[in-house]
Amino acid sequence: MAKKLYNEPSPLETLVVSKRFRLENSESLDTYLANDGYKAFLKAREMTPEQIIEEVKTSALRGRGGAGFPTGLKWSFVPRSSPKPKYIVVNADESEPGTCKDRLLIEYDPHQLIEGILIAALAMDSHKGYIYIRGEYRYLIEHMNRALDEAYKRGYLGKNVAGTGFEFDLYTHSGAGAYECGEETALLDSLEGKRGIPRMKPPFPAVAGAWACPTLLNNVETFSAVPAIIRDGGAAFAALGTPKNGGTRLLCISGHVNKPGVYEVPLGYPMMKFIDEIAGGIPGGKKLKAVIPGGSSCPVLRADECDLAMDYDTIAKAGSMLGSGGMVVMDETTDMVKVALRIMRFYAHESCGWCIPCREGTTWLRKILQRFDDGGGRTGDVGLLGDISKNMLGRTFCALGDAAAMPTISIVEKFAADFEKRLAKQESGLVGINA
Amino acid sequence: MPELVKVKINGQEFEAAKGTLLIEAARQNGIEIPAFCYYEGFSLQAACRMCLVEVEGTPKLQVGCTLPVDVNRDGSPMVVHTESETVKKARKGTLEMLLTNHPLDCPVCDKGGECELQDMVFRYGAGESRYTERKVHTPEKQWSPVVFFDAPRCILCYRCVRACNEGMGVGALGIGNRGVIAEIIPNKHDHLECDECGACIDICPVGALTSGSYRYQTRPWEMNHVGTICTHCGDGCRTTLGVRDGEIMRGNNRDRSGINGEFLCVKGRYAFDFVNHPDRLQSPMLRTGETFEPISWAQAFDTIAKKLAEVKARGGKFGIIGSNHTTNEENFFLQKFARQGLGTNNIDHHRTGDLSTLFDALSGKSNALATVEDLYNAKAVLVVGADLSQQHPLLANQIRANFRHHAAHIYAVTAGPVREDDQATASVRVQKGGELAGVESLRDKLKGDGDLIIVFGDAVQGDALRKLVAFGDSLGIPVKYIGLVDYSNSRGAFDMGLIPRDGGLSREQMLAASDLDALWVIGANPLKSATLASSQAFVVVNEMFMTETARRADLILPAASAYEKNGTVTNVTGEVQKLKQAIKVMGTKTDLEILGSIAKEMGLNLGIWLPDKMLEEIRKTVHGYDVPLPILSTGGAVATQPLNGRVAALPGAIASAGDTLFTSGTLSRYSKTLNSVMEAPGALYAGKDH
Repeated sequence: MAKKLYNEPSPLETLVVSKRFRLENSESLDTYLANDGYKAFLKAREMTPEQIIEEVKTSALRGRGGAGFPTGLKWSFVPRSSPKPKYIVVNADESEPGTCKDRLLIEYDPHQLIEGILIAALAMDSHKGYIYIRGEYRYLIEHMNRALDEAYKRGYLGKNVAGTGFEFDLYTHSGAGAYECGEETALLDSLEGKRGIPRMKPPFPAVAGAWACPTLLNNVETFSAVPAIIRDGGAAFAALGTPKNGGTRLLCISGHVNKPGVYEVPLGYPMMKFIDEIAGGIPGGKKLKAVIPGGSSCPVLRADECDLAMDYDTIAKAGSMLGSGGMVVMDETTDMVKVALRIMRFYAHESCGWCIPCREGTTWLRKILQRFDDGGGRTGDVGLLGDISKNMLGRTFCALGDAAAMPTISIVEKFAADFEKRLAKQESGLVGINA
Repeated sequence: MPELVKVKINGQEFEAAKGTLLIEAARQNGIEIPAFCYYEGFSLQAACRMCLVEVEGTPKLQVGCTLPVDVNRDGSPMVVHTESETVKKARKGTLEMLLTNHPLDCPVCDKGGECELQDMVFRYGAGESRYTERKVHTPEKQWSPVVFFDAPRCILCYRCVRACNEGMGVGALGIGNRGVIAEIIPNKHDHLECDECGACIDICPVGALTSGSYRYQTRPWEMNHVGTICTHCGDGCRTTLGVRDGEIMRGNNRDRSGINGEFLCVKGRYAFDFVNHPDRLQSPMLRTGETFEPISWAQAFDTIAKKLAEVKARGGKFGIIGSNHTTNEENFFLQKFARQGLGTNNIDHHRTGDLSTLFDALSGKSNALATVEDLYNAKAVLVVGADLSQQHPLLANQIRANFRHHAAHIYAVTAGPVREDDQATASVRVQKGGELAGVESLRDKLKGDGDLIIVFGDAVQGDALRKLVAFGDSLGIPVKYIGLVDYSNSRGAFDMGLIPRDGGLSREQMLAASDLDALWVIGANPLKSATLASSQAFVVVNEMFMTETARRADLILPAASAYEKNGTVTNVTGEVQKLKQAIKVMGTKTDLEILGSIAKEMGLNLGIWLPDKMLEEIRKTVHGYDVPLPILSTGGAVATQPLNGRVAALPGAIASAGDTLFTSGTLSRYSKTLNSVMEAPGALYAGKDH
């Protein structure tokens, strides 16, 4: 009997980081070893740190957490010769609404993640790492801990990794339920036992991260892609995608599609083909209205803007972001007022409160949207929503304020008709006023 | 010298040290970039987003409080606009957001009129709000007898958190919750256990933190502001008293006018309230049997003059005990009165530190006494046998600030844990008497420091003090000293000659002399812990309250406090500062007036008893006190250097009164605030290990 996955795989996928997902006991070290496991680490052990970093640069791997920063470049920023200890920190605080890929990587193939971390450790001359897992992923922390135990017992972590004499200790650390802690410096504060608020940059974590020591911080999927890059070469990985957008990535598709789930496709895969063929199209033959391409903080795309290739640069050109790969599909029946409200409820709840525009702005937006949705909308509200969002955009301490402002601006600008329809209904007495 | 670079702000070109924060570079050149969270001396927050400025070549607005001044990549100067339309619009937008959940209760708020939020809203015109939703409201909380918190007014600038944590080294404030309901929280769930210094209240730009003693009493513009010196410990903090209708409403030092900058402890901020305690003596009182009867001042002067003249005429034995709180002018006049007027050397005061041995041991050295400012700049500080955060809060603050800003090396040789331990390079715990051995154990570390200040308490006196100075000499680095003394003018009392030199009786000897004929106690309470052996002695006491000593008096004269007089005082580091009269309490007279009136009544010619006249005489007569008057009269502090020569040993005991942060001898017994703080729930903050 085949293993039950969260969603049925699609034959159109290109499997790299998820290639072991379907195997029985895919989470066990034995399965991992029987399927290319630790080949990359042993190869990397023979390479110089410069060669490892060069290979990652060649792969054109970009951060899978959301910002899409070139991974090899980030690795090269860490001062490897610093006399301080160097830390590897894994961002498994997967909290962006619509995103659910890191959990699969930890659940189905934790040893691939460990190997990726170990290769990074070789390149950074680091001997200690932390996997920061969001608090709500309680079961995954246990899952990861079991994998760590197994790796320690079998000699793939600890004093003598894979018999090479390399020493590395790896720990899990639980978040406490704050979206903000997915921001790398807030994550580091939280890891250090402080209140999770973002830090001032510079210095960047590469120079002064965990406990003010050089720290390499990457997303789970980013680390998980590293073994394949080292094993098969950076060029092979890069060739899967488009220029400057190397390899494949896990896309999480949800909303109005027949087959929601997590699928691995090469960078640059056509969005409409992804929705229609891999995700099975929109149920009931309804028309597409809008797509959030990469998690709730990305500006929303209108249906007519969706005929594009899914790589970082093309989507950026279209005014949105590939983000964390959390794609939300909305059909023609979707009320964008409710979408804006739902998004803003999230950000108002998750704003850490550190800086004024985000703390006050998100809640103000939420209250206006709530009033509007409750039937208390006013003519000036659409303009006000846009204005408040623009007063936040680019003026907050960290990107959370932008993350709240950008989708709101895109919704009020592109879907003002939805708001007007509500106002018209209100005037005709179809909705009671409940301000 | 730091490298200077050019920077262009609002069209004008300036020079600034490379790396200076833009907000500071602008300020240095008279351009204000507004900010709530930026506060010089404390860590950067970049939270309020008020200091956003436009920097040419950068698409987004930049944060002025974290942006270091540097040249552009092509070597051209940074071009900054701090008041452009974009910037103004951004600030207005931020203010509009700040006001969304602000209660706008300015008409009743303590801060109204001196509120930074109010000022900003006036300046950037966010007076009209587009916010029509329901505001977040939480009830006001009382965290301690002196600290109240009204969360809705709070703008979360985190100044209070930093003032408490970084400034005071207490860390009693933090942040709870997140988002729009994030708020400042106290360290003990619903209340504070802290120094109760009130720094958080003063530093609050809005009316979120308010003072238990001042709140809802007055508006700021109804007060006159009188800068004077705190009368409690010896550190000499300048406190600016807000006075309305002859009543002191509050104390703070927001204008940073003194050696303490903005720093004040609980005493400087709140403990002026003894002045109007109901038990305050307001009329001369004559003993009649077991009770006292009020008499007129004329009658009192006449009685005392006659009695003193009579004792003098028959060659009787006088005893004069002066005060640690009275002014230099009063003390100088008092010792003249004793030595010239009454012909006695039996004059002393409660000596709380061994100044005579210190000065003697330093004879031949110049510049060996540290000032309050020196403590902030020294490369290293060694604290011996003293808990500064309890007894000398300003000195402790200077040391913390030095560590924070200059990474000074701090060492502590003390009997118990002290707050300096948090920053100390090394802490040594010693039994009393073991201080020198403890100091010796640090020799190798200290030798490596560029210079050193040794701060020592009364545990180090006599021979031990000479050995400590010898130890300092042997280090081979410049060493300065601070010999701790307790009260606001302990040092001045010594310098003015309230000491039993030339064969005079010490305080203990006077009290023990069964043949004492007259004892005059001016602002001291020696009978709290001793008895008067002489039963026939005529006892005159100048006092504010019915103390143990006053109860033994034959005649009590109601004296004015330091807040009710002009004159000068000398702090623990020998810095002279001016007192300025803030109020007048009916029925009282200053000790100088009392002394002068009695001298006149006795027909003694001791000079004109006006503070300024007496200061003139002090400047001519007392070594080291030839201080420049312009500095003094404009509120500055002038360091005095004692006679650089041998000082004879004095008889009598030396012991600190051992006051804590919340006590101040007699005065604290009559301070409602200090008493309420001591009775507050929970243990008072004493340090991390307690």
